[in-house]
Amino acid sequence: MNPEWIDGLIGGLIIGIAASAFLLINGRILGASGILGGLVDLSGRSNATERLSFLIGLICGPIILTQYFGLHLTGLTSDPYILISSALLVGIGTRLANGCTSGHGVCGLSRFSFRGIFATIFYLLSGVLTIIVFKNLVGIL
Amino acid sequence: MKNIFALICGAIFGMGLYKSGMTDTTKVQGWLDIFGDWDPTLAFVLGGAIIPMTITWQLTKKIKKPVLANLFPKKPEQKISKSLVIGSIMFGGGWGLSGLCPGPAIASLSFGGWQGLLFFFTMALGMIMTPNIENWFSKK
Repeated sequence: MNPEWIDGLIGGLIIGIAASAFLLINGRILGASGILGGLVDLSGRSNATERLSFLIGLICGPIILTQYFGLHLTGLTSDPYILISSALLVGIGTRLANGCTSGHGVCGLSRFSFRGIFATIFYLLSGVLTIIVFKNLVGIL
Repeated sequence: MKNIFALICGAIFGMGLYKSGMTDTTKVQGWLDIFGDWDPTLAFVLGGAIIPMTITWQLTKKIKKPVLANLFPKKPEQKISKSLVIGSIMFGGGWGLSGLCPGPAIASLSFGGWQGLLFFFTMALGMIMTPNIENWFSKK
């Protein structure tokens, strides 16, 4: 069992390698919200099979690891109101902003993209503020 | 061929998310909890992912085109639009409330239980609704 930061670093490097390969081979930016969003709102019809293949891999990759390392729990809340409101915020927010942690964060920051840097600052600040309000002040998380 | 490599990249990405702890919502919320019990792991995840990608972006300036495509994606117009700011603030709020962003939400579908499924389908619904929301805003 590695210290958590080493697992984080190794996992991060693997994420970076996946994003690099997708860019160098397929010529595409690895952004989870963009790949899924373009598929479900039909704006990415022209390369729907490529998007779908990526998503199938994304679901199946962790299944292979769970065979060897066991399931690790997601710790996700069971409160349906929090689940639905947070999922709507994530779905609508990432499509309005045109990117999430992978697209703006990993691919944007490494390209020194102003939009990526701004988006990352805003969603980080908003996330921190949300935790302050709903966990530390209101106490529902 | 493109589909095969998309599948492989997706699988590697998912394994990285699982290995890094990004599919564990308590770790993500711990990272955002800077005034509570702060968990710095995510800084290593983001740092680790940015290292190879920084090299790769430099590489794209040297080589002419991707292996299976005609050109690398152009840098979008560097305008900080209202939708970028509002969208990112909304996303950060949902990320904090749940501890999930889109990648890990998809990667954890096989082991995330009914909670993960409800989150995924509601998130997808939000994505489907977004073009209509944008239209509605632009009419105002």
